[in-house]
Amino acid sequence: MTSTTVVQLFVLLLAGFVGYQSIFRVPPLLHTPLMAATNALSGISLVASLVLAGSQRGTLATVLGTIAVACATANVVGGFLITDRMLAMFKRAGAPTGTSGRNLSKAEPARSTAELAP
Amino acid sequence: MNETFMQLAYLLAAFLFLVALRDLSRPESARRGMRLAAFGMAVAIAATLLEAGIVSYRWLTVGAVVGAAAGYPLGMWVPMTAMPQRIALSHAFGALATTLVGVGEYLRPSGVGSLTRSHVAALGLEVLFGGLTVTGSLMAFGKLQEILPGRPLVFRFQNAINIALLTAGAASLVWLVAMPSEAAAFKAMLVIALAVGVLIVLPIGGADMPVVISLLNSYAGVAAVATGFAINNNILIIVGALDGLSGFILSVVMSKAMNRSFANVLFGAFGAAPAGAVAGSGIGGEMVETTAEAAALRLAYAERVIMVPGYGLAVSQAQHQIKELGDLIEKRGGDVRYAIHPVAGRMPGHMNVLLAEAGVPYDKLVEMDEINEKFSGADVAVVVGANDVVNPAARTNPASPIYGMPILKVSEAKSVLALKRGKGKGFSGVENDLFIEPKTTMLFGDAKQSLLSLIAEVKTA
Repeated sequence: MTSTTVVQLFVLLLAGFVGYQSIFRVPPLLHTPLMAATNALSGISLVASLVLAGSQRGTLATVLGTIAVACATANVVGGFLITDRMLAMFKRAGAPTGTSGRNLSKAEPARSTAELAP
Repeated sequence: MNETFMQLAYLLAAFLFLVALRDLSRPESARRGMRLAAFGMAVAIAATLLEAGIVSYRWLTVGAVVGAAAGYPLGMWVPMTAMPQRIALSHAFGALATTLVGVGEYLRPSGVGSLTRSHVAALGLEVLFGGLTVTGSLMAFGKLQEILPGRPLVFRFQNAINIALLTAGAASLVWLVAMPSEAAAFKAMLVIALAVGVLIVLPIGGADMPVVISLLNSYAGVAAVATGFAINNNILIIVGALDGLSGFILSVVMSKAMNRSFANVLFGAFGAAPAGAVAGSGIGGEMVETTAEAAALRLAYAERVIMVPGYGLAVSQAQHQIKELGDLIEKRGGDVRYAIHPVAGRMPGHMNVLLAEAGVPYDKLVEMDEINEKFSGADVAVVVGANDVVNPAARTNPASPIYGMPILKVSEAKSVLALKRGKGKGFSGVENDLFIEPKTTMLFGDAKQSLLSLIAEVKTA
């Protein structure tokens, strides 16, 4: 095992630990956006695909690389767009933005007293 | 110098990705976090294009244009109801990208013959996990999109064949590590991985999809980590670890909510439904049917109503109708909450997204543990297309196959109105005592139709 591999294991350990802490705090409310988000992030494999497609290591490598670039780009573009689209839908009651928010804010004062009741 | 610049760009990207994950812990900060992550991604890609020694930009431009053209509709046009299959498809894309990178890396002219054992081990794991995620995710996509039959497909010796294939896959990995230049071992492993992916998803039914999707997410992450090791790229290791852990945590959450063991999830041996239907507690009794008119009257004058949307609501796509009914009750002065079981919907958190899209504010979407304290104060609990997740046998009957499963304590509400397609049993084939309790009345029919008639009746009540 080379020293590089050992450093990589350290990176894996620390990323895993930090990741575990953060992901555990994501509420079930946002589990679907979380999955879409990690999908978008996994598009980072694009950096490896770009190298494969662009460094002229022969026809096969270029073909494989080009397909990989297409797949990874689709995840990056589609992943960030859909995560944002989803997150934009999560609104608090009475939030001033959006169409549905406006309807609700009218009914808000009447309801908030009921909410406080045990 | 150039290499350093690129690595620093990756470091920035990794930092921003972690910030994004942390920001996902609250709906208010989540969007900002994801924008930062997108910026980090752009920086990493730009640095790679400038510094990674890329000779020709022709083909990568073609790939990027095609990918962006496919990604835009996947991001903007896919309806929220289709989210599970869309996510499955993007697991397949992600895994395909990493698998192809692995194949390309192994087959490069200077590659075979000069590869070290640890290098080959990483490439092998990458192709193994990547390959099975590609076909597994495509199968899941096919089932969710209803291109393939959604019911479990089982045949004789299924488990034996799967175990044999997995063993063969592991054996070829060992073979490859022993003889790194043996391309046949590499190819055998790739083929086996692709076959395993198909076979493990075949016996999975629709209601088990939340676990499968999470697990495939986790496998895709493992493949990405292995890629990072193979091509010596730290950001891939970091993102792969996040992806893998997120998928893993979600599958554990899902499996707990579905009463399946941890080991069951780890080895992906899900999908086998408990054998045979088991009778209820034996109390016996008849379901009491009601009319939309009578039920609506009760809802119209209720002070506290808890909606319990389940899988059936997601299937009949009635999220807008349940929201409309909720709004009507609120307009008349009632308080309405939505109780969200972790496996409601067709993927982790799916029900929240569906209801958020319909316009339900997220502070009305209440998680299981929190809402369970509130059922005893509810005048009416409205169960829409949920069955096992509200079955009191999970708490009271140790003989029941779903005993121990966390459920919504609907039976504690003062009265229960259950909207149900027919008199059939739930997914697990277990009788549900909730439906024969004296306080429960049933409204049979398609969830959307029943909700529409309730809406009409509440309006005139």
